[in-house]
Order: sequence, then structure tokens, then C-alpha cells
Amino acid sequence: MSLLVRHLLLALLALAAVVTLSLVVDPFTNVRIATVGYYLVAVAGLTLLTGTNGQISLGHGAFMFIGAYTVALLVIHVPGFPFWLDLLLAAFAAGLAGALTGAAAARLHGPYLAGATLALAVGLPALTQRFPDALGGSNGLAFTVHSLPAGLAVPQTRWQAWVVWTTALLVLVLLANVTRGRFGRILRAVRDDEVSAALAGIHIGRTKILAFLLSATCGGLAGGLQAFLLGTAAPGSFTLALSLSLLAAMVLGGVGSLWGAFWGALALVYVPVWANDLTHGLDLGTDVAQHLPLAVFGVVLVAVVLVFPRGIHGTVTRLVSAIRKKESHEKNP
Amino acid sequence: MRRTRSAVIFAVALLLTSCSGAGESTGGEAGAKADAAPGVTDDTVVIGTHQPLTGPAAPGYSRISVAAKAMYDYINDRGGINGRRIDYRVEDDGYNPTRTVEVVKQLVLQDEVFAIVGGLGTPTHSKVVQYLNSEGVPDLLVSSGALQWDDVAKSPTTFGFQVDYTREGKIQGKYIKENLSGRKVGLMFQNDDVGRDAQQGLDQFIRPDVVSRQGYDPANTDVLPQLSALRDSGAEVVVCSCVPAFTALMILTAARLGYRPQFVVSSIGADPVTLTGLLQDFAKRGGAEVSAAALLNGLIGTGYLPDVASDDPWTLLFREVHDEYIPDEPFTNTVAFGMAQAYTFAQALKLAGRDLTRGKLIDAMESGRIAGPGVTPFAFSDRSHSGYTGAFVFQIGPDTATKEIQAPMVTDRGNGPVKAAPTGRRTPEDIALVGA
Repeated sequence: MSLLVRHLLLALLALAAVVTLSLVVDPFTNVRIATVGYYLVAVAGLTLLTGTNGQISLGHGAFMFIGAYTVALLVIHVPGFPFWLDLLLAAFAAGLAGALTGAAAARLHGPYLAGATLALAVGLPALTQRFPDALGGSNGLAFTVHSLPAGLAVPQTRWQAWVVWTTALLVLVLLANVTRGRFGRILRAVRDDEVSAALAGIHIGRTKILAFLLSATCGGLAGGLQAFLLGTAAPGSFTLALSLSLLAAMVLGGVGSLWGAFWGALALVYVPVWANDLTHGLDLGTDVAQHLPLAVFGVVLVAVVLVFPRGIHGTVTRLVSAIRKKESHEKNP
Repeated sequence: MRRTRSAVIFAVALLLTSCSGAGESTGGEAGAKADAAPGVTDDTVVIGTHQPLTGPAAPGYSRISVAAKAMYDYINDRGGINGRRIDYRVEDDGYNPTRTVEVVKQLVLQDEVFAIVGGLGTPTHSKVVQYLNSEGVPDLLVSSGALQWDDVAKSPTTFGFQVDYTREGKIQGKYIKENLSGRKVGLMFQNDDVGRDAQQGLDQFIRPDVVSRQGYDPANTDVLPQLSALRDSGAEVVVCSCVPAFTALMILTAARLGYRPQFVVSSIGADPVTLTGLLQDFAKRGGAEVSAAALLNGLIGTGYLPDVASDDPWTLLFREVHDEYIPDEPFTNTVAFGMAQAYTFAQALKLAGRDLTRGKLIDAMESGRIAGPGVTPFAFSDRSHSGYTGAFVFQIGPDTATKEIQAPMVTDRGNGPVKAAPTGRRTPEDIALVGA
């Protein structure tokens, strides 16, 4: 069975699981499921860039910003476009920005690259201040996305979860194939040793730009999905904190693996929710209760990095392989 | 090859025509049901709100829901409203519009609230108005003075609360024109509806005197460029349509520059007790000690609720609630705001009657019978969903005490005149909300 067919089958299975899940849970949990979906796209893109290609980006929130505003502007000014075309264009716009960033990033290393992408995360949302009439200033844009096909009678949030997850799984299939194939080997070769990669005939700059382009496309798509889901695009949502949480989610899940991206996205959505429920239950003073969810997320992150340096996914795979080894030992003493 | 290409083009064309546009309404959305009453049981009514408990607007504003909670506790402990306790759910949105949409959907879909009360912020709340209205959820007493809450045709379930920024701007503009005439004026404003609506009012009176207009973004706490520009323009009066954190940042930055204009601050950011706390806090983080009283001395502000230092009958009620339920909390105008808002909602709930539906609550809001703690009447009717219709002007003295320097005035959101507010407000005893 070819790799593509196997990945597509796995994705279909996963989609079936999400659809089943969406049928049994309440409408708001569907919003959360969809939220996990779009964070997954963003973190997966980031993990390709950092884990597979070895470049760091502190500015992926900026690509989400581009994606969200592309969808917002298209829905408002070109109401005739169907939502999937809006999403496609959002990914395209962010990809373009990613290629430009990549062109600069290819010349930078380590802290300089971190600094450059950081500037992007801080600076880009300020565009809304420069063009308040078109982009709505601090207030951002609000709109309603009509996506439900006529004749399909499912609750809005359930439909949204399906759309987000279909897109997310398509992206994952694409990324899984890219990283397993020739291009994936090139990415890793550049990550491990640029000089020997260059000696092997790999064009370093072009590879880095392509990696950035792919990663930014994912970021833009994630932003577009967020706008599709929530009907809003505002600078207050694309702060530096967002870029850093994406990075944190990636590290938490396990750098360089798509499963890790999934664990990371799940943690990004659910750890604050659980922490929040916990604090509500504990009846603490308001000052403590307000900041506890953030603190819990931080503690979880620090603990994971210290105890499981390879992230959640690294630990899971190690456990699984340890169990397998033990089983095979017992079978053939 | 050619055949595949034409097949692809055909498929794309098919997809394009078969789906309707993302921005086009198909008209298939279910209409809101006025006789619905989710969140209401025999003995409780569940309401929700979104507040900035963390994030850039949290300093000051995070106390509003604490105060509102105290007022609801006070009401519940005295038998509730029409035999029902008010169950008040507060969700933190961090002043982040994306979070606002999430938490409001959570309140509506998961907690199944009867109404959203006092959702805070323009950039945040504007993202959920369409949703709340399409679901038919009463969206009452929004904590923002933007004009957009008053749109009866498009948002029939949304109601404002505080005086809108245009009305307030007109009252400030008229005051400056009459009392600080001939001075150069600089404007500092939050770069959204707050700034736009406020300038719409101010410009009716002082457009020729304005020498500089500077906007700030709440995500960027460095206001040095704006203050430098204001100083360089020679502005002698600076009107600030800012949230408390940015009023404080502006005052501190001006002090650092040695720039001492006459500040005129909107009600949203002019609470002296909150400002004192913020000034000391921000200065301490910057490694400096400041005398908040000296920095605030002479500041002019506008307000629409009785000042907490006054002996207004409403202030006495708020102080009683404060002392009983949240005695450790500083008693500020922000606390009074939360209590006034909660009281106003409770009043509407009472008017809606024991046989409660969402439609009846909206009718109660529009009945014109709601007369809250403010110094001017509400504009609520079936034609207007604006909140308070005017404000008074006060000045902060050397001991941070405030003194009214112009009696309450009322006006409209258009070009109408600014005139004295009607006297004869109702007292808590007149309304007799709870108890025997």
C-alpha cells in the first residue's frame, strides 16, 4: 500500500471518529473540538519548520493573523465566494508572506531568526492601527460566515467542527507525506548539517524558504479556520502570547511529530479549561483564581520539559516500544 | 492532459456555483423565539457575562464583576427577584475578542444562560452581538459607551448602559469651550469606537481648537510617541477617551516628559481611586515612587453615577452592600459601576414578572420604567436602546477627593443641544427592589 493511500485511510478513520464524537457531545463541546482542530493545523505547521527543518519561529501568530484577516475581508467584501475558497486564499496569502519571511530567515540563524520572527508577531497586528478604515483598528472586524449547504440540517457548531477537522486532516496527510518523502529527507539533512547537505547538492536557501512557506501556509489556514469558526478577526487575538503558546504547545506535544502537534493542540485548549474548572471548584480568592489557569499551564509545560524532554509523544512512543520489547522477551526467553 | 485540465476546471466551476457565498445570507437561519426561557427554573435564573479578569483591561475593570456578584448576593439573601435567585456566571475573556466569542458561546450553549448582562468592552463585545441577537439572547447593559449597541432594527436584544461616548464627548466639548476657551486641545483616544464616537461629540464644540489627535492600541502599552506628539503640538488641554490603565500610563508618561496639560478624562477611565492604585502600581514596576495625589490633582473628569465619596442615597446602599459582602475590596467608582449595573438588571427582571420569558425581559427594558442609580435618566424605549443620557463634570482635588464643577447635563447622540438634566431622581426606597 502506498504511503499516500495509507495516510488517507488513517485520515478517513480519524474523520469518522471526530464525526461520531461530534454527534454525541453538546454544541459547545463541538466548538472546543473545532478549536483543537485549528490549533492542530498551526502547531503541525510549526513542528514541520522547527522539528523537521530546525528553524525557529516566534511569530506564527502573525501568519494566523494574515489568514484570519484574509477570510474576514473576503467574507465582507466578496460575499459571493464560498467559504472554502476564502480558506484557500487565506492559506495562499499566508504562504506568500511565509515565503517572503523565509527569504529573510534563510540568511539568519538562532537568536537572530528568533528576533526577526518575533518582530513579525509584534509588528504585523499593528497594521490594523495604520489602516483603521479597512481593518477596523483595535476593534477588528466582525462578520457571519454562512457555510452550511442548503438542505443539510445539522447544528451550526457540529458542521463547523466537521469543516475544521476535514481541513486539518487534509493538511496532516499532506504534511505526513512531505516529511516521509524526498523533501522530508532534504529538510532533515539541512537541519542536521547545512554544509554536508550543500555538498550533497541541496540548495540550502531554497529548502529553508520552502519550509517557511509550507509552515506559514498552515498558520494562515489555522487563522482562516479560526475566523470561519468564530466570525471575528481582531488584533487583540493575535498577540505575542499566541505565538508563544503555539511554540509551547509544540514543545509540550513533542517537537517534530504530527502526533505531538495533536497532543499540543489538545493541551492548549483543554489544560486551561480544566485548570479553570478546578479553580472554580476550589472557591479561591479572585486574584488567585484569575491567574491560576495560566500558572497551571506554565507548570505543566515546565514539568513536561524537565521530566519528559521529548514531549508527550516522545514519552508515549517510548512506553509503547518498551512494552513491545518486554512482550517479545516473554515470548522468546 | 488536456482532458484532465478541462475536468478540473469543470469541477471547480461546479463547486463554485453549487455553494452559496460565505458572506451571503441564505435566509434559512431560525428566527429567535421570544417566548423561550432557558436558564429559568422555579427558583433560579442563570445569567452570564464576559469580563477582562486578566489582560490589558484587567487593572480596574476586573473588580466590576466582583461588585456585581456582591449586589446579586445581597438581592438573593433578601429573597431574590420574583422568588428566584440570580445565578451569575462570570467568564474571563482577557479582553481578547477570540476568547470573548468562545466564552459567550460557552455561556449560551453549555450554561444555557437566560441573558448576557454587562459584557465588557467594545472590541470584545462587538464580536458577539450578531450571535446573541440571532439566538435571541437578551444582551443587556453592555459595559461600553459605543454607539453601536443602540441599533434597535439590527440588534433588537442589545441594550447599552453607560452614557455613550458621543453624548459624553458633547458634554466635555461644551464644557471645554465655555470654561477653557482659547486653549489648544489635544486628543488621546483608544483607536476604535471609543475614539471615533467620542471625537464625533467633541468636534461639535471644539474642532477649531484641536491641534493634535493621537490614537493608542490597547495591546501596546508604550504611549511615549503619542505624548511626545501632544507636547510638541503645544496642546494645553488633553482630552483622554481611555480605559483606566491607559489614563494612568498617559499621566505617568506626561510626568516623565515634564508635560503638564489640563487632562479631561472620560468616565470610563476617570475613577480617582482606581487611578491612584494603578499609578502607584505602574510606577513601582518602573522602579519609582510617585505621589498619585499630586499627579491627579486638577484632573477633570465626567461621570454619570453618583460619586462614591458623596452621601447620595444610592451610594449609601452600595456602601452597605460593600461593607456586608466585599469589605476587603477598596470602595471605588468601579465597584459602584458593577453594583449599579447589577441593580439595573435586577430591576428589569422584576418588571418582567414571575412568568418570565426572554421577550418579556426585552419588553421590560423598553418599558421606560427603569430608573437606576445614575444622575440622568436612561434613554431606553422601543425606539432607543441607549443607556444613560448625560453626565456631570468633576475635578479631582489635592487629596484625590472629587468635586462636582458642572451639574448633570443631558443630550442626544446627534446634533441636539446639551441641556440641564431633569431633577428628582428616584431613590432605592422608591424602587423597593427587594425585601419588605
